[in-house]
Amino acid sequence: MLEIDDLHTGYGETQVIYGLNLRASAGRVLAILGRNGAGKTTTMKAIMGLLPATRGSIRIEGKDIAGERTFDIARRGIAYVPETRDIFPSLTVKENLQLATRLAPANAEWTLERVLDFFPNLSRRLSNGGNELSGGEQQMLSIARALLMNPRLLLLDEPTEGLAPIIVRQIHEKLSELKAAGMTMVLVEQNFGFATELADDVHVIGRGETVWKGSSADIVADKAVQKKWLGV
Amino acid sequence: MNFWIVQALNGLQLSMLLFLLSIGLTVIFGLMHFVNLAHGALYALGAYVGVSAFALTGMYWGAFLLAPIAVALAGVVLYLGLIRRMRKAGPMNQVLVTFGLIFVLLDITRIIWGDLALSIPEPQLFTGRSEVLGVAYPTYRLFIIGLGLTVMAGLWLLLSRTQIGAMIRAGVDNDQMAACLGINVERLFFIVFCIGCALAGLAGAVAAPVLSVTPSMGTQLLIPVLIVVVIGGLGSLKGAIAGSLLVGFIQTFGAVLAPQLASVAIYALLAAVLIFRPAGLFPAKA
Ligand SMILES: Nc1ncnc2c1ncn2[C@@H]1O[C@H](COP(=O)(O)OP(=O)(O)OP(=O)(O)O)[C@@H](O)[C@H]1O
Ligand SMILES: [Mg+2]
Repeated sequence: MLEIDDLHTGYGETQVIYGLNLRASAGRVLAILGRNGAGKTTTMKAIMGLLPATRGSIRIEGKDIAGERTFDIARRGIAYVPETRDIFPSLTVKENLQLATRLAPANAEWTLERVLDFFPNLSRRLSNGGNELSGGEQQMLSIARALLMNPRLLLLDEPTEGLAPIIVRQIHEKLSELKAAGMTMVLVEQNFGFATELADDVHVIGRGETVWKGSSADIVADKAVQKKWLGV
Repeated sequence: MNFWIVQALNGLQLSMLLFLLSIGLTVIFGLMHFVNLAHGALYALGAYVGVSAFALTGMYWGAFLLAPIAVALAGVVLYLGLIRRMRKAGPMNQVLVTFGLIFVLLDITRIIWGDLALSIPEPQLFTGRSEVLGVAYPTYRLFIIGLGLTVMAGLWLLLSRTQIGAMIRAGVDNDQMAACLGINVERLFFIVFCIGCALAGLAGAVAAPVLSVTPSMGTQLLIPVLIVVVIGGLGSLKGAIAGSLLVGFIQTFGAVLAPQLASVAIYALLAAVLIFRPAGLFPAKA
Protein backbone atom coordinates (compact mmCIF):
# COMPACT_ATOMS: atom_id res chain seq x y z
CA MET A 1 0.00 0.00 0.00
CA LEU A 2 2.58 2.56 1.14
CA GLU A 3 6.24 2.13 0.31
CA ILE A 4 8.83 4.71 1.23
CA ASP A 5 12.41 4.30 0.04
CA ASP A 6 15.44 6.40 0.92
CA LEU A 7 13.35 9.40 2.01
CA HIS A 8 15.27 12.58 2.80
CA THR A 9 13.32 15.53 4.11
CA GLY A 10 13.36 18.33 6.66
CA TYR A 11 12.53 21.95 7.27
CA GLY A 12 14.39 24.16 4.83
CA GLU A 13 18.06 23.98 5.74
CA THR A 14 17.40 21.65 8.68
CA GLN A 15 17.45 18.09 7.42
CA VAL A 16 15.61 15.70 9.76
CA ILE A 17 15.03 12.46 7.85
CA TYR A 18 17.99 10.70 6.22
CA GLY A 19 17.19 7.72 4.03
CA LEU A 20 14.07 6.41 5.73
CA ASN A 21 12.43 3.20 4.51
CA LEU A 22 8.92 2.16 5.36
CA ARG A 23 6.37 -0.47 4.31
CA ALA A 24 2.70 -0.42 5.24
CA SER A 25 0.59 -3.22 3.80
CA ALA A 26 -3.07 -3.08 2.90
CA GLY A 27 -5.50 -4.06 5.62
CA ARG A 28 -2.84 -3.89 8.34
CA VAL A 29 -1.88 -1.41 11.03
CA LEU A 30 1.69 -0.16 11.10
CA ALA A 31 2.92 1.60 14.23
CA ILE A 32 5.82 4.03 13.97
CA LEU A 33 7.62 4.34 17.28
CA GLY A 34 10.56 6.48 18.33
CA ARG A 35 11.68 8.96 20.92
CA ASN A 36 10.72 12.62 21.04
CA GLY A 37 12.18 14.41 18.07
CA ALA A 38 13.02 11.22 16.19
CA GLY A 39 11.25 12.47 13.08
CA LYS A 40 7.90 10.67 13.22
CA THR A 41 5.75 13.76 12.59
CA THR A 42 8.20 14.92 9.95
CA THR A 43 7.72 11.61 8.11
CA MET A 44 3.92 11.99 8.22
CA LYS A 45 4.15 15.52 6.86
CA ALA A 46 6.38 14.35 4.04
CA ILE A 47 3.85 11.65 3.10
CA MET A 48 1.13 14.35 2.91
CA GLY A 49 3.37 16.55 0.76
CA LEU A 50 3.52 19.22 3.46
CA LEU A 51 7.31 18.88 3.44
CA PRO A 52 9.27 18.28 0.23
CA ALA A 53 11.10 15.01 -0.26
CA THR A 54 14.57 16.16 -1.24
CA ARG A 55 15.45 12.58 -2.18
CA GLY A 56 13.77 9.20 -2.33
CA SER A 57 10.34 7.95 -3.26
CA ILE A 58 6.95 7.67 -1.57
CA ARG A 59 4.72 5.20 -3.42
CA ILE A 60 1.03 4.57 -2.94
CA GLU A 61 -0.02 1.31 -4.59
CA GLY A 62 3.00 1.63 -6.83
CA LYS A 63 2.48 5.27 -7.85
CA ASP A 64 5.20 7.68 -6.74
CA ILE A 65 3.54 10.65 -5.05
CA ALA A 66 6.69 12.45 -3.87
CA GLY A 67 6.51 15.99 -5.20
CA GLU A 68 2.75 15.97 -5.71
CA ARG A 69 0.73 18.77 -4.16
CA THR A 70 -0.93 18.09 -0.81
CA PHE A 71 -4.50 18.36 -2.06
CA ASP A 72 -3.77 15.87 -4.85
CA ILE A 73 -2.28 13.46 -2.33
CA ALA A 74 -5.36 13.86 -0.14
CA ARG A 75 -7.58 13.19 -3.15
CA ARG A 76 -5.71 9.95 -3.75
CA GLY A 77 -7.33 8.71 -0.57
CA ILE A 78 -4.77 9.45 2.10
CA ALA A 79 -6.31 11.00 5.19
CA TYR A 80 -4.31 12.62 7.96
CA VAL A 81 -5.07 13.06 11.64
CA PRO A 82 -2.27 15.42 12.70
CA GLU A 83 -0.61 15.54 16.09
CA THR A 84 -2.14 18.97 16.70
CA ARG A 85 -5.59 17.75 15.52
CA ASP A 86 -6.01 20.94 13.52
CA ILE A 87 -9.73 21.46 13.93
CA PHE A 88 -10.73 24.66 12.12
CA PRO A 89 -11.69 27.05 14.94
CA SER A 90 -13.81 29.36 12.75
CA LEU A 91 -15.95 26.47 11.56
CA THR A 92 -18.62 24.65 13.50
CA VAL A 93 -18.20 20.95 14.18
CA LYS A 94 -20.66 20.23 11.39
CA GLU A 95 -18.81 22.47 8.94
CA ASN A 96 -15.53 20.79 9.87
CA LEU A 97 -17.09 17.47 8.90
CA GLN A 98 -18.88 18.73 5.79
CA LEU A 99 -15.66 20.08 4.38
CA ALA A 100 -14.38 16.51 4.22
CA THR A 101 -17.54 15.14 2.56
CA ARG A 102 -17.14 17.60 -0.31
CA LEU A 103 -15.32 15.19 -2.59
CA ALA A 104 -17.09 12.01 -1.51
CA PRO A 105 -18.75 9.99 -4.27
CA ALA A 106 -22.49 9.33 -3.99
CA ASN A 107 -21.98 5.75 -2.81
CA ALA A 108 -19.30 6.66 -0.26
CA GLU A 109 -18.78 4.21 2.56
CA TRP A 110 -18.43 6.90 5.21
CA THR A 111 -21.23 9.46 5.35
CA LEU A 112 -22.01 12.13 7.90
CA GLU A 113 -24.67 9.88 9.49
CA ARG A 114 -22.36 6.92 9.74
CA VAL A 115 -19.56 8.96 11.24
CA LEU A 116 -21.94 10.39 13.83
CA ASP A 117 -23.09 6.87 14.67
CA PHE A 118 -19.45 5.93 15.11
CA PHE A 119 -18.73 8.94 17.37
CA PRO A 120 -22.11 9.67 19.05
CA ASN A 121 -20.50 12.36 21.24
CA LEU A 122 -20.03 14.53 18.17
CA SER A 123 -23.70 14.57 17.22
CA ARG A 124 -24.46 16.60 20.34
CA ARG A 125 -21.78 19.12 19.41
CA LEU A 126 -22.61 19.76 15.76
CA SER A 127 -23.44 23.44 16.12
CA ASN A 128 -20.56 24.15 18.48
CA GLY A 129 -17.54 26.05 17.24
CA GLY A 130 -14.43 24.01 16.53
CA ASN A 131 -12.68 25.87 19.35
CA GLU A 132 -15.30 24.89 21.93
CA LEU A 133 -14.42 21.20 22.16
CA SER A 134 -12.50 19.27 24.79
CA GLY A 135 -9.25 17.59 23.78
CA GLY A 136 -10.95 14.21 23.43
CA GLU A 137 -13.76 15.64 21.33
CA GLN A 138 -11.25 17.40 19.10
CA GLN A 139 -9.43 14.12 18.57
CA MET A 140 -12.66 12.33 17.70
CA LEU A 141 -13.62 15.13 15.32
CA SER A 142 -10.21 14.96 13.69
CA ILE A 143 -10.56 11.19 13.17
CA ALA A 144 -14.18 11.56 12.01
CA ARG A 145 -13.15 14.19 9.51
CA ALA A 146 -10.41 11.92 8.19
CA LEU A 147 -12.86 9.03 7.81
CA LEU A 148 -15.18 11.23 5.76
CA MET A 149 -12.37 11.49 3.22
CA ASN A 150 -13.15 7.77 2.68
CA PRO A 151 -9.45 7.01 2.78
CA ARG A 152 -7.67 3.90 1.67
CA LEU A 153 -4.85 4.87 4.02
CA LEU A 154 -5.34 6.59 7.36
CA LEU A 155 -2.39 8.37 8.97
CA LEU A 156 -2.71 9.02 12.72
CA ASP A 157 -0.12 11.07 14.60
CA GLU A 158 -0.25 10.44 18.37
CA PRO A 159 -4.04 10.19 18.69
CA THR A 160 -3.80 9.64 22.45
CA GLU A 161 -1.44 12.49 23.33
CA GLY A 162 -2.60 14.48 26.34
CA LEU A 163 -5.90 12.62 26.73
CA ALA A 164 -7.46 11.13 29.86
CA PRO A 165 -7.18 7.31 30.19
CA ILE A 166 -10.90 6.81 29.66
CA ILE A 167 -10.77 8.73 26.36
CA VAL A 168 -7.65 6.82 25.34
CA ARG A 169 -9.63 3.59 25.87
CA GLN A 170 -12.51 4.91 23.74
CA ILE A 171 -10.18 5.83 20.94
CA HIS A 172 -8.51 2.45 21.20
CA GLU A 173 -11.90 0.77 20.77
CA LYS A 174 -12.75 2.89 17.78
CA LEU A 175 -9.44 2.26 16.05
CA SER A 176 -9.79 -1.46 16.77
CA GLU A 177 -13.19 -1.40 15.07
CA LEU A 178 -11.66 0.30 12.08
CA LYS A 179 -8.88 -2.26 11.99
CA ALA A 180 -11.40 -5.11 12.16
CA ALA A 181 -13.20 -3.52 9.21
CA GLY A 182 -9.96 -3.70 7.23
CA MET A 183 -8.79 -0.07 7.31
CA THR A 184 -5.12 0.37 6.50
CA MET A 185 -3.52 2.59 9.13
CA VAL A 186 -0.16 4.11 9.94
CA LEU A 187 -0.07 5.07 13.59
CA VAL A 188 2.57 7.21 15.26
CA GLU A 189 2.55 6.71 19.03
CA GLN A 190 4.50 7.41 22.19
CA ASN A 191 2.13 5.17 24.15
CA PHE A 192 3.91 1.83 23.71
CA GLY A 193 1.09 -0.32 25.08
CA PHE A 194 -1.55 1.40 22.99
CA ALA A 195 0.49 1.09 19.82
CA THR A 196 1.57 -2.54 20.19
CA GLU A 197 -1.95 -3.71 21.11
CA LEU A 198 -3.35 -2.12 17.97
CA ALA A 199 -0.59 -2.62 15.44
CA ASP A 200 0.36 -5.67 13.40
CA ASP A 201 3.72 -4.30 12.30
CA VAL A 202 6.12 -1.92 13.98
CA HIS A 203 8.83 0.34 12.61
CA VAL A 204 11.13 2.22 14.96
CA ILE A 205 12.58 5.53 13.81
CA GLY A 206 15.76 6.89 15.33
CA ARG A 207 18.19 9.55 14.13
CA GLY A 208 16.09 10.18 11.04
CA GLU A 209 15.97 6.64 9.69
CA THR A 210 14.25 3.32 10.26
CA VAL A 211 16.37 1.47 12.83
CA TRP A 212 14.15 -1.53 13.53
CA LYS A 213 11.34 -3.40 11.78
CA GLY A 214 9.26 -6.31 12.97
CA SER A 215 5.93 -7.38 14.37
CA SER A 216 4.21 -6.06 17.47
CA ALA A 217 4.86 -9.33 19.26
CA ASP A 218 8.57 -9.14 18.38
CA ILE A 219 9.05 -5.71 19.89
CA VAL A 220 7.01 -6.48 22.98
CA ALA A 221 9.35 -9.44 23.59
CA ASP A 222 12.55 -7.57 22.73
CA LYS A 223 13.44 -5.53 25.80
CA ALA A 224 16.84 -4.59 24.36
CA VAL A 225 15.31 -2.80 21.36
CA GLN A 226 12.79 -1.07 23.61
CA LYS A 227 15.55 0.16 25.87
CA LYS A 228 17.87 1.23 23.11
CA TRP A 229 15.43 3.09 20.85
CA LEU A 230 12.41 3.93 22.96
CA GLY A 231 13.76 4.30 26.48
CA VAL A 232 10.83 2.19 27.72
CA MET B 1 -29.01 67.93 15.19
CA ASN B 2 -29.12 68.04 11.40
CA PHE B 3 -25.40 68.59 11.40
CA TRP B 4 -24.83 65.34 13.26
CA ILE B 5 -27.10 63.34 10.99
CA VAL B 6 -25.43 64.68 7.85
CA GLN B 7 -21.96 63.98 9.21
CA ALA B 8 -23.00 60.51 10.34
CA LEU B 9 -24.25 59.77 6.83
CA ASN B 10 -21.01 61.15 5.39
CA GLY B 11 -19.06 58.94 7.77
CA LEU B 12 -21.15 55.94 6.78
CA GLN B 13 -20.58 56.64 3.10
CA LEU B 14 -16.80 56.86 3.53
CA SER B 15 -16.92 53.70 5.63
CA MET B 16 -18.59 51.82 2.79
CA LEU B 17 -15.88 52.81 0.31
CA LEU B 18 -13.24 51.77 2.83
CA PHE B 19 -15.07 48.50 3.34
CA LEU B 20 -15.21 47.68 -0.38
CA LEU B 21 -11.45 48.17 -0.54
CA SER B 22 -10.40 46.57 2.70
CA ILE B 23 -12.43 43.36 2.52
CA GLY B 24 -10.50 41.99 -0.46
CA LEU B 25 -7.17 43.00 1.00
CA THR B 26 -7.83 41.49 4.41
CA VAL B 27 -9.16 38.13 3.19
CA ILE B 28 -6.30 37.81 0.71
CA PHE B 29 -3.88 38.51 3.52
CA GLY B 30 -5.60 36.09 5.88
CA LEU B 31 -5.64 33.33 3.30
CA MET B 32 -2.19 33.68 1.84
CA HIS B 33 -0.23 36.15 3.94
CA PHE B 34 0.15 38.19 0.82
CA VAL B 35 0.17 41.99 1.03
CA ASN B 36 -0.92 43.65 -2.17
CA LEU B 37 -0.04 47.32 -1.80
CA ALA B 38 -1.27 47.93 -5.34
CA HIS B 39 -4.85 47.33 -4.19
CA GLY B 40 -5.40 51.11 -4.02
CA ALA B 41 -4.10 51.53 -7.54
CA LEU B 42 -6.68 48.97 -8.70
CA TYR B 43 -9.34 51.16 -7.14
CA ALA B 44 -8.08 54.13 -9.19
CA LEU B 45 -8.02 51.90 -12.26
CA GLY B 46 -11.67 51.06 -11.58
CA ALA B 47 -12.55 54.76 -11.48
CA TYR B 48 -10.76 55.42 -14.78
CA VAL B 49 -12.30 52.43 -16.52
CA GLY B 50 -15.59 53.77 -15.20
CA VAL B 51 -14.91 57.13 -16.84
CA SER B 52 -14.20 55.46 -20.19
CA ALA B 53 -17.12 53.07 -19.87
CA PHE B 54 -19.37 56.05 -19.23
CA ALA B 55 -17.98 57.83 -22.31
CA LEU B 56 -18.54 54.66 -24.31
CA THR B 57 -22.02 53.68 -23.17
CA GLY B 58 -23.31 57.09 -22.12
CA MET B 59 -24.68 55.46 -19.00
CA TYR B 60 -23.55 55.45 -15.40
CA TRP B 61 -24.56 51.79 -15.21
CA GLY B 62 -22.09 50.97 -17.96
CA ALA B 63 -19.34 52.18 -15.63
CA PHE B 64 -20.89 50.40 -12.66
CA LEU B 65 -20.84 47.10 -14.53
CA LEU B 66 -17.65 47.30 -16.59
CA ALA B 67 -15.28 48.70 -13.95
CA PRO B 68 -15.40 45.65 -11.65
CA ILE B 69 -15.13 43.28 -14.62
CA ALA B 70 -12.14 45.13 -16.08
CA VAL B 71 -10.33 45.33 -12.76
CA ALA B 72 -10.99 41.64 -12.07
CA LEU B 73 -9.39 40.92 -15.46
CA ALA B 74 -6.45 43.14 -14.51
CA GLY B 75 -6.29 41.01 -11.36
CA VAL B 76 -6.11 37.83 -13.44
CA VAL B 77 -3.20 39.29 -15.43
CA LEU B 78 -1.44 40.43 -12.25
CA TYR B 79 -1.94 37.07 -10.62
CA LEU B 80 -0.69 35.02 -13.55
CA GLY B 81 2.14 37.36 -14.47
CA LEU B 82 3.46 38.38 -11.10
CA ILE B 83 1.77 37.31 -7.91
CA ARG B 84 1.83 33.57 -8.58
CA ARG B 85 5.60 33.77 -9.01
CA MET B 86 5.94 35.83 -5.83
CA ARG B 87 4.01 33.46 -3.58
CA LYS B 88 7.07 31.96 -1.94
CA ALA B 89 9.26 35.04 -2.21
CA GLY B 90 8.69 36.26 1.35
CA PRO B 91 6.88 39.35 2.65
CA MET B 92 9.70 41.82 2.03
CA ASN B 93 9.92 41.01 -1.68
CA GLN B 94 6.14 41.01 -2.03
CA VAL B 95 5.87 44.42 -0.42
CA LEU B 96 8.61 45.81 -2.65
CA VAL B 97 7.16 44.38 -5.86
CA THR B 98 3.58 45.47 -5.15
CA PHE B 99 4.89 48.85 -4.01
CA GLY B 100 6.63 49.18 -7.36
CA LEU B 101 3.41 48.11 -9.03
CA ILE B 102 1.68 51.18 -7.57
CA PHE B 103 3.92 53.39 -9.68
CA VAL B 104 3.56 51.24 -12.78
CA LEU B 105 -0.22 51.39 -12.55
CA LEU B 106 -0.07 55.10 -11.72
CA ASP B 107 1.90 55.80 -14.87
CA ILE B 108 -0.29 53.57 -17.00
CA THR B 109 -3.37 55.52 -15.90
CA ARG B 110 -1.49 58.78 -16.56
CA ILE B 111 -0.50 57.69 -20.06
CA ILE B 112 -4.00 56.53 -20.97
CA TRP B 113 -6.19 59.10 -19.20
CA GLY B 114 -3.86 62.05 -18.51
CA ASP B 115 -3.28 64.08 -15.36
CA LEU B 116 -6.46 66.13 -15.24
CA ALA B 117 -9.19 65.31 -12.78
CA LEU B 118 -12.11 63.53 -14.45
CA SER B 119 -15.50 62.46 -13.24
CA ILE B 120 -18.71 60.63 -14.02
CA PRO B 121 -22.14 62.19 -13.49
CA GLU B 122 -24.50 60.56 -11.06
CA PRO B 123 -27.02 58.13 -12.51
CA GLN B 124 -30.39 59.71 -13.30
CA LEU B 125 -32.07 57.33 -10.91
CA PHE B 126 -30.19 58.81 -7.95
CA THR B 127 -29.84 62.52 -8.67
CA GLY B 128 -30.96 65.23 -6.27
CA ARG B 129 -31.62 64.84 -2.60
CA SER B 130 -33.79 62.62 -0.48
CA GLU B 131 -35.06 63.13 2.98
CA VAL B 132 -33.62 60.91 5.71
CA LEU B 133 -34.33 61.48 9.40
CA GLY B 134 -35.46 65.00 8.64
CA VAL B 135 -32.47 66.11 6.57
CA ALA B 136 -32.13 66.41 2.81
CA TYR B 137 -29.16 64.25 1.81
CA PRO B 138 -27.75 63.54 -1.68
CA THR B 139 -29.56 60.50 -3.01
CA TYR B 140 -26.49 59.13 -4.72
CA ARG B 141 -24.59 59.04 -1.46
CA LEU B 142 -27.45 57.11 0.09
CA PHE B 143 -27.09 54.70 -2.81
CA ILE B 144 -23.40 54.21 -1.93
CA ILE B 145 -24.36 53.44 1.66
CA GLY B 146 -27.02 50.98 0.50
CA LEU B 147 -24.63 49.33 -1.92
CA GLY B 148 -21.98 48.92 0.79
CA LEU B 149 -24.52 47.36 3.14
CA THR B 150 -25.71 45.04 0.37
CA VAL B 151 -22.17 43.89 -0.41
CA MET B 152 -21.56 43.33 3.31
CA ALA B 153 -24.69 41.21 3.60
CA GLY B 154 -23.83 39.30 0.44
CA LEU B 155 -20.29 38.55 1.58
CA TRP B 156 -21.55 37.58 5.01
CA LEU B 157 -23.93 35.08 3.43
CA LEU B 158 -21.20 33.82 1.12
CA LEU B 159 -18.70 33.31 3.93
CA SER B 160 -21.03 31.91 6.56
CA ARG B 161 -23.55 29.94 4.56
CA THR B 162 -21.90 28.48 1.50
CA GLN B 163 -19.42 25.69 0.98
CA ILE B 164 -16.90 27.96 -0.69
CA GLY B 165 -17.26 30.31 2.29
CA ALA B 166 -16.43 27.47 4.67
CA MET B 167 -13.47 26.56 2.48
CA ILE B 168 -12.20 30.14 2.62
CA ARG B 169 -12.57 30.28 6.42
CA ALA B 170 -10.81 26.92 6.73
CA GLY B 171 -8.01 28.16 4.49
CA VAL B 172 -7.58 31.29 6.60
CA ASP B 173 -7.54 29.18 9.80
CA ASN B 174 -5.04 26.61 8.57
CA ASP B 175 -4.12 26.33 4.91
CA GLN B 176 -2.09 23.14 5.35
CA MET B 177 -4.94 21.24 6.99
CA ALA B 178 -7.33 22.59 4.36
CA ALA B 179 -5.06 21.11 1.70
CA CYS B 180 -5.08 17.80 3.58
CA LEU B 181 -8.85 17.74 3.03
CA GLY B 182 -8.30 17.98 -0.71
CA ILE B 183 -8.89 21.73 -0.99
CA ASN B 184 -6.86 23.50 -3.66
CA VAL B 185 -6.04 26.51 -1.51
CA GLU B 186 -4.09 28.23 -4.26
CA ARG B 187 -7.10 28.22 -6.57
CA LEU B 188 -9.24 29.48 -3.71
CA PHE B 189 -6.75 32.29 -3.26
CA PHE B 190 -6.99 33.13 -6.95
CA ILE B 191 -10.80 33.32 -6.77
CA VAL B 192 -10.69 35.49 -3.65
CA PHE B 193 -8.05 37.70 -5.24
CA CYS B 194 -10.24 38.27 -8.30
CA ILE B 195 -13.31 39.03 -6.17
CA GLY B 196 -11.18 41.47 -4.14
CA CYS B 197 -10.04 43.18 -7.35
CA ALA B 198 -13.61 43.37 -8.66
CA LEU B 199 -14.73 45.03 -5.42
CA ALA B 200 -11.85 47.52 -5.63
CA GLY B 201 -12.92 48.32 -9.20
CA LEU B 202 -16.52 48.69 -8.10
CA ALA B 203 -15.45 51.06 -5.33
CA GLY B 204 -13.59 53.17 -7.89
CA ALA B 205 -16.57 53.44 -10.23
CA VAL B 206 -18.95 54.19 -7.36
CA ALA B 207 -16.66 56.87 -5.93
CA ALA B 208 -16.15 58.57 -9.31
CA PRO B 209 -19.31 60.73 -9.16
CA VAL B 210 -18.51 62.04 -5.65
CA LEU B 211 -14.72 62.27 -5.65
CA SER B 212 -12.64 63.53 -8.52
CA VAL B 213 -10.88 60.85 -10.51
CA THR B 214 -7.15 61.51 -10.36
CA PRO B 215 -4.11 59.25 -10.70
CA SER B 216 -3.33 59.65 -7.01
CA MET B 217 -6.78 58.74 -5.70
CA GLY B 218 -5.58 55.21 -4.98
CA THR B 219 -2.53 56.17 -2.98
CA GLN B 220 -4.64 58.63 -0.97
CA LEU B 221 -6.96 55.86 0.13
CA LEU B 222 -4.29 53.17 0.57
CA ILE B 223 -3.14 54.27 4.03
CA PRO B 224 -6.63 54.47 5.57
CA VAL B 225 -7.44 51.08 4.01
CA LEU B 226 -4.31 49.48 5.46
CA ILE B 227 -5.22 50.99 8.83
CA VAL B 228 -8.71 49.47 8.53
CA VAL B 229 -7.18 46.06 7.85
CA VAL B 230 -4.80 46.27 10.82
CA ILE B 231 -7.39 47.68 13.24
CA GLY B 232 -10.06 45.18 12.22
CA GLY B 233 -7.77 42.17 12.43
CA LEU B 234 -6.36 40.26 9.49
CA GLY B 235 -8.58 37.99 7.49
CA SER B 236 -11.99 38.65 8.98
CA LEU B 237 -15.16 40.13 7.53
CA LYS B 238 -16.25 41.38 10.95
CA GLY B 239 -12.89 43.09 11.34
CA ALA B 240 -13.18 44.81 7.95
CA ILE B 241 -16.66 46.06 8.84
CA ALA B 242 -15.66 47.31 12.29
CA GLY B 243 -12.42 48.85 11.04
CA SER B 244 -14.14 50.61 8.13
CA LEU B 245 -16.79 52.12 10.40
CA LEU B 246 -14.23 53.29 12.95
CA VAL B 247 -11.89 54.84 10.42
CA GLY B 248 -14.72 56.29 8.31
CA PHE B 249 -16.37 57.98 11.29
CA ILE B 250 -13.18 59.20 12.91
CA GLN B 251 -11.98 60.70 9.63
CA THR B 252 -15.32 62.37 8.92
CA PHE B 253 -15.98 63.74 12.39
CA GLY B 254 -12.32 64.57 12.91
CA ALA B 255 -12.32 66.70 9.77
CA VAL B 256 -15.29 68.81 10.89
CA LEU B 257 -14.81 68.89 14.67
CA ALA B 258 -11.07 69.17 15.08
CA PRO B 259 -9.50 69.76 11.66
CA GLN B 260 -6.06 70.35 13.13
CA LEU B 261 -6.14 66.91 14.79
CA ALA B 262 -7.98 65.00 12.10
CA SER B 263 -4.95 63.66 10.28
CA VAL B 264 -3.44 62.40 13.52
CA ALA B 265 -6.64 60.87 14.87
CA ILE B 266 -6.62 57.64 12.87
CA TYR B 267 -2.96 57.06 13.67
CA ALA B 268 -3.77 57.53 17.34
CA LEU B 269 -6.54 54.98 16.94
CA LEU B 270 -4.14 52.63 15.19
CA ALA B 271 -1.59 52.99 17.98
CA ALA B 272 -4.22 52.43 20.66
CA VAL B 273 -5.51 49.27 18.97
CA LEU B 274 -2.01 47.92 18.47
CA ILE B 275 -1.21 48.47 22.15
CA PHE B 276 -4.36 46.94 23.59
CA ARG B 277 -5.34 44.42 20.89
CA PRO B 278 -2.18 43.72 18.87
CA ALA B 279 -4.01 41.23 16.61
CA GLY B 280 -6.76 43.78 15.85
CA LEU B 281 -10.36 43.90 17.03
CA PHE B 282 -11.69 40.75 15.33
CA PRO B 283 -8.76 38.71 13.97
CA ALA B 284 -9.71 35.61 11.98
CA LYS B 285 -7.15 33.57 13.85
CA ALA B 286 -7.96 33.54 17.54
N1 LIG C 1 9.17 23.50 11.98
C1 LIG C 1 10.39 22.97 12.25
N2 LIG C 1 11.50 23.61 11.85
C2 LIG C 1 12.73 23.08 12.12
N3 LIG C 1 12.91 21.93 12.77
C3 LIG C 1 11.85 21.24 13.19
C4 LIG C 1 10.52 21.73 12.95
N4 LIG C 1 9.65 20.83 13.47
C5 LIG C 1 10.40 19.86 14.01
N5 LIG C 1 11.71 20.08 13.83
C6 LIG C 1 12.82 19.21 14.27
O1 LIG C 1 12.74 18.00 13.58
C7 LIG C 1 13.07 16.92 14.43
C8 LIG C 1 11.99 15.87 14.34
O2 LIG C 1 10.77 16.42 14.77
P1 LIG C 1 9.41 15.63 14.71
O3 LIG C 1 8.34 16.58 15.07
O4 LIG C 1 9.29 14.91 13.42
O5 LIG C 1 9.62 14.58 15.87
P2 LIG C 1 8.63 13.49 16.43
O6 LIG C 1 9.29 12.19 16.25
O7 LIG C 1 7.28 13.66 15.85
O8 LIG C 1 8.62 13.85 17.98
P3 LIG C 1 7.44 13.86 19.05
O9 LIG C 1 7.34 12.47 19.56
O10 LIG C 1 7.92 14.80 20.10
O11 LIG C 1 6.20 14.33 18.38
C9 LIG C 1 13.24 17.50 15.82
O12 LIG C 1 14.62 17.57 16.09
C10 LIG C 1 12.65 18.87 15.74
O13 LIG C 1 13.38 19.77 16.55
MG1 LIG D 1 5.50 14.29 16.57
